[in-house]
Amino acid sequence: MRPKLMEEVEALRGVNSVKIKEAHENGERVVGMYCVFSPSEIAIAAGAIPVTLCGTTQEPIEAAERELPRNLCPLIKSSYGFAITDKCPYFYFSDVLLAETTCDGKKKMYELMGKIKPMHVMNLPQTAEGEESLVFWENEMKKFKTFLENEFNVDITDEKLRDAIKLMNRERIAMKRLHKLNAHKPAPISGMDMMTSQWLKGFNVDRENGIKLIEDLIEEVEERIEKGIFAYEKSAPRILLTGCPVGVGGADKVLRALEEAGASVVALENCTGYKGLDVLVEESETQDPLYSLAKKYLSTPCSCMTPNNSRLDLIKRLADEYSVDAVIDLTWQACHTYAIESFTVKGFVEDELNLPFIQIETDYSDSDTGQIKTRIEAFIETVEVNKALA
Amino acid sequence: MHYVGIDIGSTATKVSVFKEDKLEHNYNLRTGWSSIEVSNEVLEKLNSEGIERKNMKVVATGYGRISVPYADKQITEITCHGKGVDYLLGRDATIIDIGGQDTKIITLKNGRVIDFTMNDKCAAGTGKFMELMANTLGVSIDELCNMALLGEDINISSMCTVFAESEVISLIGKGTDRKSIARGIVNSITGRVSSMLFKHGCSENIYLTGGLCEVDNFKKLLSQKIEKDIKTNPLARYAGSIGAALIAKSLD
Repeated sequence: MRPKLMEEVEALRGVNSVKIKEAHENGERVVGMYCVFSPSEIAIAAGAIPVTLCGTTQEPIEAAERELPRNLCPLIKSSYGFAITDKCPYFYFSDVLLAETTCDGKKKMYELMGKIKPMHVMNLPQTAEGEESLVFWENEMKKFKTFLENEFNVDITDEKLRDAIKLMNRERIAMKRLHKLNAHKPAPISGMDMMTSQWLKGFNVDRENGIKLIEDLIEEVEERIEKGIFAYEKSAPRILLTGCPVGVGGADKVLRALEEAGASVVALENCTGYKGLDVLVEESETQDPLYSLAKKYLSTPCSCMTPNNSRLDLIKRLADEYSVDAVIDLTWQACHTYAIESFTVKGFVEDELNLPFIQIETDYSDSDTGQIKTRIEAFIETVEVNKALA
Repeated sequence: MHYVGIDIGSTATKVSVFKEDKLEHNYNLRTGWSSIEVSNEVLEKLNSEGIERKNMKVVATGYGRISVPYADKQITEITCHGKGVDYLLGRDATIIDIGGQDTKIITLKNGRVIDFTMNDKCAAGTGKFMELMANTLGVSIDELCNMALLGEDINISSMCTVFAESEVISLIGKGTDRKSIARGIVNSITGRVSSMLFKHGCSENIYLTGGLCEVDNFKKLLSQKIEKDIKTNPLARYAGSIGAALIAKSLD
């Protein structure tokens, strides 16, 4: 049985699409964004509502392929398809869009998307290392701030930024606490429920309510742990899922297949899950808040950075803390950075962590469901047998 | 008690029956268009031999494993192949299984699967590719491999089955020797299998399963390509169903 509050969490999908419409009708400003590198604090400090935009279902991909190449990652195609078909309420009600140059596919797609709505593109450095990267990225924060000030005719003060930082840190702390509940053996929440809760936070129009709901959910789950109610048997293999972002829709197919095969996905290292929660923004009264933001966001261990060793560190930490039995690396088709990095991750997981590893490369479609099922079931069978004999 | 393993692949359905510890027989039938129909056919055949629900345990495997309503358990073909090869060979090995729609490389250690690789959704490097190309040339798979051995060492560059077929047709149009085209087709498969094998990592002990293990000339060409000896066994195409039957036995 699921925690009761999960129903309320799931209902956020409907609630938020109504709330975003109401907010728009009340003259509130909306900033649509896609990526975990996007500093939502700056939008909040501008008095606007930052929302994540849709991009996790197969449906709009056909429309996107009229303009985009087929051989492109499904996340980019889905995002663009939602935009041109006007099927995403958050996109529809966005006043401006925030894009970022995380990968080649996205940055070129954004050139096309930028024709639909006013868009600001933040230039990411190629590496997170070195002082000059941080200086460069801090300047990008300033440019985004100026963009919003001009667009919305507002003044973004340091004080407003500091308040926004505190609010978003509180959200991160709540989501992090929720994620950490699954370090318990056996896990109290299914991987699908964890992913849904983490993914939906991006669409929250009312942040305070969102944080409150998650805190209540944590309380409910903690009570369930006390009573010994869990999502899985103790014997279920514990999985760390890393790699490309996931979300409700076609983008959850691998996570779903894993849990249907009897695995307990306990840690989501991807940017839908823990990646963006690990590091908080420094809440300093003396430091320039844009500098604090630049520092936090640049520390995101994404494959678009070179080198990206901190991803390996995070995998190791999560693998230990969540006592995982195996690591699964999900790569969306045509995502070069994650696809190439997978080889490094494989070596690290097998040789340094001594854990079984598998990479699954796929898209959002159902065309390979049978094969994915076989690969995942076989992997889980292998993990189970080897675990039983260990 | 009888222990039955049923491996429903995309092309062939393999059945192995143990009576207690003894492997009594193996047979195969074409899967056809319906996995459910072929699984009913298997049940009738078992019944006609006096093997019935009350005196049998069944494990189903292969992509049609979910279509065997009378199975006690479903296990993937990867785990079953591992068990089956362990039974047939009895030592650590790297298994190459070329199936109708998937090609798999499986590392077997101490009788257990410790790692495996499987091709992505396309048909490159699978039995289906071979079958379609043989059809295009109007020969059987055996004949295709016999011809290939005598042909010139050319390459079909398209991995994709659909494009490879047009490439083959244009080679026929150019008047290229059919034996060389056959060689190109086999090269395309052995090349794909070889890159999968080396990316996965391979031991000195290589074992081929799947229907192609009975085609000597294919084995020879694959062995040349990977520059290693390849072992197999007349029963290797039943590795999956034998493994499934052995798992059925462990259910007791």
